[in-house]
Amino acid sequence: MSSIQTYTQATPEAGLKRALGMSRPDIIHEMNESGLKGRGGAGFPVGGKWNFAASAKSEKKYIICNADEGEPGTFKDRVVLQEHADLVFEGMTIAAKAVGSREGILFLRGEYTDLREHLEDTLQRRREQKLLGDNIQGSGVDFDIRVFIGAGAYICGEETALIECLEGNRGEPRNRPPYPVNTGFNGHPSVVNNVESLASAACIMGRGADWWKTMGTAKSTGMKLFSISGDCARPGVYEFDLGVTVADILKEVGGEGAKAVQVGGASGRCIPPSEYARSIAYEDIPTGGGSLIVFGQQRDMLDVLENFMDFFGDESCGQCTPCRVGNLKLLEGVKLLRAGKCSMSYLKELCALGETMQIASKCGLGQSSPNAFLSVVAHFRDEIMGRTYSQA
Amino acid sequence: MSEMTNPDTSRRVPASQQAMSVPVPGNLDAIGATVGVNIDGVDVKVPLGTTILDAAKQAGIKIPTLCHHADLCVAGVCRICSVEVEGQRTLQASCSFPVTTPIKVKTHTQKVRQARRHILDLMLSEHCGDCYTCGRNGNCELQTLAKEYGVDSFRFGHVEKPVHEIDRSSYSVVRDNNKCILCRRCVRTCLDLQEVGTIEVLGRSHQSHIGTFLDKPLGDVVCINCGQCINRCPTGALRANDQTDEVWAAIEDPKKHVVIQTAPSPRAAIGECFGMEPGTAMTFELNTALKMAGFDQVFDTNFSADLTILEEGTELLLRLKQALLLREPGAVFPQFTSCSPGWIKYLEHFYPEYIPNLSTAKSPQQMFGAVIKTYYAEKQGIDPKDIVTVALMPCSAKKFECNRPEMADSGHKDVDFGLTTRELAKMISEAGIDLPRLPKSDFDSPFGTPSGSGVIFGATGGVMEAALRTVIELVVGVKVEDLFEHADIKPVRGFEGVRYVELAIPQVGPVPDLLKPLFPSWDFLKGATLKVAIAHGTANAKKVMEDIKAGGQFSKCHFIEFMGCPGGCLGGGGQPIPTTPEIRQARAKAIYAEDSAYEIRKSHENPDVLKIYTEFLTEGPCGHKSHKLLHTHYTPRGKYIE
Repeated sequence: MSSIQTYTQATPEAGLKRALGMSRPDIIHEMNESGLKGRGGAGFPVGGKWNFAASAKSEKKYIICNADEGEPGTFKDRVVLQEHADLVFEGMTIAAKAVGSREGILFLRGEYTDLREHLEDTLQRRREQKLLGDNIQGSGVDFDIRVFIGAGAYICGEETALIECLEGNRGEPRNRPPYPVNTGFNGHPSVVNNVESLASAACIMGRGADWWKTMGTAKSTGMKLFSISGDCARPGVYEFDLGVTVADILKEVGGEGAKAVQVGGASGRCIPPSEYARSIAYEDIPTGGGSLIVFGQQRDMLDVLENFMDFFGDESCGQCTPCRVGNLKLLEGVKLLRAGKCSMSYLKELCALGETMQIASKCGLGQSSPNAFLSVVAHFRDEIMGRTYSQA
Repeated sequence: MSEMTNPDTSRRVPASQQAMSVPVPGNLDAIGATVGVNIDGVDVKVPLGTTILDAAKQAGIKIPTLCHHADLCVAGVCRICSVEVEGQRTLQASCSFPVTTPIKVKTHTQKVRQARRHILDLMLSEHCGDCYTCGRNGNCELQTLAKEYGVDSFRFGHVEKPVHEIDRSSYSVVRDNNKCILCRRCVRTCLDLQEVGTIEVLGRSHQSHIGTFLDKPLGDVVCINCGQCINRCPTGALRANDQTDEVWAAIEDPKKHVVIQTAPSPRAAIGECFGMEPGTAMTFELNTALKMAGFDQVFDTNFSADLTILEEGTELLLRLKQALLLREPGAVFPQFTSCSPGWIKYLEHFYPEYIPNLSTAKSPQQMFGAVIKTYYAEKQGIDPKDIVTVALMPCSAKKFECNRPEMADSGHKDVDFGLTTRELAKMISEAGIDLPRLPKSDFDSPFGTPSGSGVIFGATGGVMEAALRTVIELVVGVKVEDLFEHADIKPVRGFEGVRYVELAIPQVGPVPDLLKPLFPSWDFLKGATLKVAIAHGTANAKKVMEDIKAGGQFSKCHFIEFMGCPGGCLGGGGQPIPTTPEIRQARAKAIYAEDSAYEIRKSHENPDVLKIYTEFLTEGPCGHKSHKLLHTHYTPRGKYIE
């Protein structure tokens, strides 16, 4: 039994069948009405993306499902693909109808290769059921989906890097503009949507935008999946309405009394107890990919930080200076802090560097990688500065 | 004519290394064709899709750049050109941000200055550079930026000791990754501008570095030695293999007779190393300087360029005779020029099956070397083993060429050292010689008669123009001036990447004495149409070669001039840094002006060349002795390294 109620309750293919009978502008209108924002982390309105791609002129258009779920602490897409693959493919097919695409690609994280067989089987069954292929359900819509396995780089979760990887190049983000909705895979307009965005889009088409808006807040509609891990009694994938407070989530998962919560994965923010009453929504604490890592009282925040910075030090694509060298300098700074060798003035310098990285890096990786550093320094200054000088 | 970029080949570089290109509307007065930008309060109107950087130039506002280069596609990786765009949360790289709606830009706010300084500090933290000991001291873009942004300390540390081994395996190019700041200009040069693809970014994140296939030494991989990467490196990470110490040693050795030949392109560019405007020819001042520096004789490469025209031209006529008169199978067309060692190695690697198309004539540099160590040595009564031949070339590939094992037909190494323009400029400075203020002096005899056809070898299309001047006069039997005003064959000039020209031969003249042993008459050419083409830069060469492979227009050509570098030799990898489209234009102007000023402008009229055929190469062009000394063979190399 899936933990994702909304998805379990969805009537199979209801959304697709409804969409096939609707005009493209009507589908896009419905998506816009629902207020669904991208669930991968950036939070760009899904309907808006579809609309841009729909109005782009091109012989070919692509629907790409971003299943390169690489954010540390994030694993909800894996569960969705495992338990609700049909819903994801249904969402892709609806997007295809809305945009006018004939080809879909599911970009699967290299580490999720074990899901491939299940996904291929699902695709095959859908073809047999006339839910994919030529003239889907007699509607005149032709669309098929193939699975592409990534090579294990975190950066390929960034949509333009993902497209570069699909084209056989180094996975490195492109200059934006142009955006993929205009110039994407092989130069054609491409919609790149997260797994959860597509599955939720299918539910919205099945039950209507008004139903979706009964969940969440006015600015952050609907429900959201959360990957919860760390020092809590019941880790796992949860479904909450957006606007839920950090405290509510901690209570639900058995993480009360946590020293800190990292919201949005390694690239997200570290929230101290004083802010647990805040809500997770686009207008308050951004969801990121929807992950919460709970840190208990015994955790050393510098351990936590070093782990994150080490990750970014490895996973930057190496293209732009602020991210390639900046992450390394922040990591070295954490090590200095641990050794009790980081002066106040150098820490200030590193924080200023972090702020530069946030605005001067080429893509979202370098723009968000200093978040953890800056938030830990802001909220746990006493803990991280109070280290004994060591020779090591 | 403007220089052609290659829109159809730009896909060689991943899109991550490109900015959006918006086709510029033909009529800029049309509604929506231009867009207004406000930069630091200055309003400018620019064509839709212009980058902020270009718009700022138009507004007279300077934005610093590093990974940007006028010859290359945009990367947007260094981020030094970041600016604030109103309404955008993050700073935008002005080199890669196309203006499509009216925007307000601020280029030097506190945010921007802080970000730029941080970016510089980060680069410097990785750059193992002791400016004193660097060949680019005083001509380094990183150094200049550090000065402009008031870098007074290494905020984020500094690399004290080199961590990467310096790769000196190539005869031509030295790679020092310790100084690399990963702007990737070299990669884009190699991949996009030249379409060779020797160097790439390897590794990810902090491990990323510029490397070759499997990080093998440069001397062991497919590299054509063109040195275009050197010309675009903002720091000292790439440089030509410096041989000035060896040359100084030879000059100081009293037993050695040191002879230097100077090619036209370095003469049109070396002034840039002494603060002169691009396009200032220093030909005759340089003669004085070289004598002051201690060279025993200074000769003009134009002599052997003219010799090349007679040898290579005769070879072409022989191929035509074989095909048209004798009707023998096996005459290979089109014949390809063989002057550019970068192009030669490119063909040996990528199109080895076309080696029979290459003219067997050596390049002017190598012909000269062979002539000096035989004819000249004999004439002067000097033992050739005591002669050291130095060649001043615009080229790093010449260093590889003179070390080819087959280039020793005189019994000695034909050319001992190939010096780049930059190396010679350094020698001149080192000797305290003030080049721009020197009096002029002539070249030395017996290879010193100025010749226009030799000079224009330096520009793309020059070899073809020189060859056509000679063919028109020797075969058609009319004066070039009768067909082309002032003997300027304009159709073959310019910077278009690939050019195609036809020359009808409606009539033929008498065969000159020099060629009578080979051709009793020119009748077989009467009514023929000579089809020729010109390509410069290996990316354009590739286009022509692929067309030939597919049996297209260029496969019907008789003769094709290929130059390895964009613009030809004047844009060579040994030329002063920077080299940009505008600078190439200026150098070309200097070269054509020099040609115009000379009395003798046709290779077959060069008295020194005619003399060598009566005194030494008595069997005439392509005769036995010519073949031994002035012609060579090539090595099929292929793309795969063992």
